[in-house]
Amino acid sequence: MSDTPLLRVRGLTHLYGRAVACRDVGFDLWPGEVLGIVGESGAGKTTLLKCLSAQLVPTHGTVEYDTRDRGLVDIFAALSEPERRMLLRTDWGIVHQNPRDGLRMAVSAGGNVGERLMAVGARHYGNIRREVLDWFDRVELNRDRIDDRPDGFSGGMQQRVQIARNLISRPRLLFLDEPTGGLDVSVQARLLDLLRRLVAETGVAAVVVTHDLGVVRLLAHRLMVMRGGEVVEHGLTDQVLDDPQHPYSQLLVSSILQV
Amino acid sequence: MSDDTLTLPPREDASTAAAAGAAGRLSGYNFAYLDEQTKRMIRRALLKAIAIPGYQVPFGSREMPLPYGWGTGGIQVTASVIGPDDVLKVIDQGADDTTNAVSIRKFFARTAGVATTERTTEATLIQTRHRIPETPLKEGQILVYQVPIPEPLRWLEPRETETRRMHALAEYGVMQVKLYEDIARYGRIATAYNYPVRVNGRYIMAPSPIPKFDNPKMHRNPAIQLFGAGRERRIYAVPPYTAVESLDFEDHPFAVERWDQACALCGATDSFLDEIVTDDAGGRMFLCSDTDHCAERRRSRGADAQEGTT
Repeated sequence: MSDTPLLRVRGLTHLYGRAVACRDVGFDLWPGEVLGIVGESGAGKTTLLKCLSAQLVPTHGTVEYDTRDRGLVDIFAALSEPERRMLLRTDWGIVHQNPRDGLRMAVSAGGNVGERLMAVGARHYGNIRREVLDWFDRVELNRDRIDDRPDGFSGGMQQRVQIARNLISRPRLLFLDEPTGGLDVSVQARLLDLLRRLVAETGVAAVVVTHDLGVVRLLAHRLMVMRGGEVVEHGLTDQVLDDPQHPYSQLLVSSILQV
Repeated sequence: MSDDTLTLPPREDASTAAAAGAAGRLSGYNFAYLDEQTKRMIRRALLKAIAIPGYQVPFGSREMPLPYGWGTGGIQVTASVIGPDDVLKVIDQGADDTTNAVSIRKFFARTAGVATTERTTEATLIQTRHRIPETPLKEGQILVYQVPIPEPLRWLEPRETETRRMHALAEYGVMQVKLYEDIARYGRIATAYNYPVRVNGRYIMAPSPIPKFDNPKMHRNPAIQLFGAGRERRIYAVPPYTAVESLDFEDHPFAVERWDQACALCGATDSFLDEIVTDDAGGRMFLCSDTDHCAERRRSRGADAQEGTT
């Protein structure tokens, strides 16, 4: 295990005008680790994820990433825009809550999954096709659907296409924004199983934003609880969920329906 | 910058205006319809386009006396580079005698008083829609294309801000996705016209809706190739002898159309053929789409035959 974190966040604050979206967030993410971020709507989870994944420039604070060639660098100060965008296409992946944000709906599922390969210079159709089919198997999509457009797919299948599209470039860091939002419970369960397996197989580190404590219980090693833009509690997932210390975490855990 | 430093074709001055007036020019219009300020603006855009091959330069497109989609971009470029000594040829789908070609040719004959021709070899300036002449172009000739949609990435990315950024950073992976889609759906690259090209190893460019048959002719062409999109307000260019390569896959290389027939009139086997339906009983014939090329071949064949008999 290396002694540099994959992602190091310090004093991250983002303001929308005078409204505080997140305040003074800091953490280290280690290779292969899954970090869950939970909190109610408006707690600043999505803003935080956007700042971490370079989609939004934070007002204050730093986000450092352990690049393959230059080590730990500040993604906003030390990387140029082309380098940041390159990182987003290769070393990182983003799975959006709404598949429409993460997929090209006018392009076949196979084209969506293969896009990253072509973006980094793959020019052999047969090889691209083979790798895409391989990823269809790994995310448990039916090979026959490779040439169908994703807007004809079910919600769960669309999420699988998104996951395959991101993982095909073998990223080291995956950002998941409510990956199971809007899916019914049985589909959710299967998708979570799949994600857990893929994370274990590929060793990718992940930041998962969700309001669903069940998701983080299954996926995340560590957990951050946010409220009003601030991190109120931070610890191992089981520890936080079984023995919450902060009143808000206690409220959150106790609001789960025990069926 | 003084106006005299521009090296584009001669502009109007009093003497040329008088000379052209004698040649049957309409009075009341400036030379070649556009006012001199507009021409200067377009020439500046053209110079920039030539300097950055394949890059789309925005320009202030004017209202022209013909509808968008009929060649407003091409006609503005032609009006800006044409001089009184130029010989103009206008083709539409390869033909000199279609409505669009006839109208635009007549437009410049009347507003600029220039000589017009149907022969590719005689023309100094050729405005074209959808074809490149079969006769190889020479140094000193200018080919002006009419372009409906200048943005090759539009199909995959509807946002203009994003496509500009993609061009700036040379992020062209999505263009390959378009070709991938073709092969996935049809088993081969089915894009037959407006086939995307990479210019000078850098910018991806839409070659206007020419058939891909014509793509290889753009590569290292000795003529200046100018592209005008009137509605979309973009000008771009390929300078002489510039590399223009068509995108493809290693296992699905770029290939042009082939016909198993020859032209029914001139017998050409190496030109782009149009299929003409001749009756309602399934009769059809294949003809050269380039009417000048076809006529030229028939003329020379006729001459050969005459030489044989005498």
